[in-house]
Amino acid sequence: MSISQSQRQTVTQGDDATPPSAKRSILARVTGGGLVHGLLTNKKALFGLTILFLFVLLAVLAPLLSPGNPSNFTADVSAAPSSDHWLGTTAKGQDVLALTLWGSRSSLSVGFTVGLIATFIGCLVGIASAYFGKVTDELLSLLTNIFLLIPGLPLLVVLAAFLPPGPATVVIVLVITGWAGSARVLRSQALSIRGKDFVAAAIVTGEKTWRIMFLEIMPNMASIVMSTLLGCVIYGIGAQAGLEFLGLGDTSSVSWGTNLYWANNDGAMMTGDWWVLIPSGLAIALIAFALAMINYAVDEVTNPRLRAEKKD
Amino acid sequence: MRFLLRRLGFYLIAFWACITLNFFLPRLMPGDPVSRMFAQVQTQMRPDQIAALRQLFGLTDKPVWQQYLDYIGNIFRGNMGISLSRFPTPVSSVISSEIGWTLLLGATSLVIAVVLGNLLGIMAAWRRGRFLDSVFPPLLVFVGSFPYFWLAMAALYLFGIVLGWFPLNHAFTDGVEASWSFSYVADVANHLVLPALTIVLVSIGGWMLGMRNTMIATTAEDYITMARAKGLRSGRIMFHYAARNAMLPSITSFGMSLGFVVGGALLTETVFAYPGIGYQLLNSVQALDYPLTQGIFLTITTAVLAANFLVDIIYVRLDPRVRVS
Repeated sequence: MSISQSQRQTVTQGDDATPPSAKRSILARVTGGGLVHGLLTNKKALFGLTILFLFVLLAVLAPLLSPGNPSNFTADVSAAPSSDHWLGTTAKGQDVLALTLWGSRSSLSVGFTVGLIATFIGCLVGIASAYFGKVTDELLSLLTNIFLLIPGLPLLVVLAAFLPPGPATVVIVLVITGWAGSARVLRSQALSIRGKDFVAAAIVTGEKTWRIMFLEIMPNMASIVMSTLLGCVIYGIGAQAGLEFLGLGDTSSVSWGTNLYWANNDGAMMTGDWWVLIPSGLAIALIAFALAMINYAVDEVTNPRLRAEKKD
Repeated sequence: MRFLLRRLGFYLIAFWACITLNFFLPRLMPGDPVSRMFAQVQTQMRPDQIAALRQLFGLTDKPVWQQYLDYIGNIFRGNMGISLSRFPTPVSSVISSEIGWTLLLGATSLVIAVVLGNLLGIMAAWRRGRFLDSVFPPLLVFVGSFPYFWLAMAALYLFGIVLGWFPLNHAFTDGVEASWSFSYVADVANHLVLPALTIVLVSIGGWMLGMRNTMIATTAEDYITMARAKGLRSGRIMFHYAARNAMLPSITSFGMSLGFVVGGALLTETVFAYPGIGYQLLNSVQALDYPLTQGIFLTITTAVLAANFLVDIIYVRLDPRVRVS
């Protein structure tokens, strides 16, 4: 951990050495030009972005592609994939393709909502902790470390069991269990930026605290915020599926997790209905893989040492 | 020593936070959970047991702070109440009868994943850009992208149902007496293969990539160049010079991932109906057996905290820099 982090710091130090007057250009370079250009020329990133784009497109177009309620039962029960039902039907006669398409709406929206909120809290806690230092830092770090240490899934199960069921609960529970990791990473990065001259200059010129935190410090760690966000979204999608698979989420909704929950409950494995199991699981894996690829690309673009070398 | 005392202080605070969370969660529940629970077992309960439960769920007339103190006192006496779904077994004996299976499954899969993952990571970094480095990481990341439980289901379907190589559920064949005989151990091992395999498959990629990245940074250090210049054997440099130092972050993640093992095992145990405490936690939640739910959660957190403290102690032994500062 410490070695890879110090490595990152040496990389970002190059950016931070520029005088505060060049702040705009740093911002443009980190958030706009450099990173985006780097990502668009990176094979991994392009691959990931394409898959992500396809999934979002399918989720948005779900009502057009398969109109009607996907949970409606039909007479075709446990039918293997055919021209009528491209991905077959469940034991209750629901069309698997429709379930998967509609499921992507809930899974993606919950995943991204959780990712955004968790990253936001992580930023807030991490940067505040680095900026204020002293007692604030001690307390916030303590809180972060406690949440990191409490095993996530049991906490998820216990929280979901004790809170009233519903989509909001799922998001809240996932955010509670997911923010701490990002707070820790962002704190250590913010800490190295906190010591730079342009932050001191901003304090001396009397800039408002929130401005320094979010407009001076945060843009300088945009790439880490971005990879944290991607990590949180992956976590959100996976954990929602896990929670719903255990029957602790919102079982009345259609999502990839609930699809698998019902598949398991209806004994799809025992009856050999493999086509019910594959699509939702594969969809989760593909989206997580795509996000992970973008994440590695961000890492490679911003950390030259990790770029593949031809030979040692 | 100061480092360890600081850590110990931290774990004590974390432990207190967990107890507090455990105390307040049931009190945040909407509706009347206690009457729902009582409905299941009321007839079998003695009045003093009902009173104890009411106390556990804050339905006494005592002020909250006094209930809180009572609760902490009970925890330290090892009294976690009585399980409702397995009435009248105390929560502590339900847990102790099942924690062994979780430990067996968790320890086996964690050790395999860590050893194999780190070895692969060392090799991949050492021979950068070669076969191992270019094929394995993306493959393992892809496998790791699948939801944990889905991979378990796929393995169960493929190896259990279609091929019939391994048993479908439980930790040993029903009706077999527990003993140290060869047949019993073989039976347990046979039941262990599929659940452990899925955990290893999902987690190995993270270990490999983490090790690979630190290893790459380490091999760029001057003392590696120095070792090369001295003409040391390649294998010696790889393991004794580079890997030894690149290992440290892995040890920290080892501590962190203990929580993942106990927690992640929950999903695996559910798919394979493996009788560990993760499976029991889920059952207790579904059966509205709140005392058992709380007890298991507290046990898991305590175990993770204790294990992390152990890792810290080992870390002090391994990294002299911690001792000096």
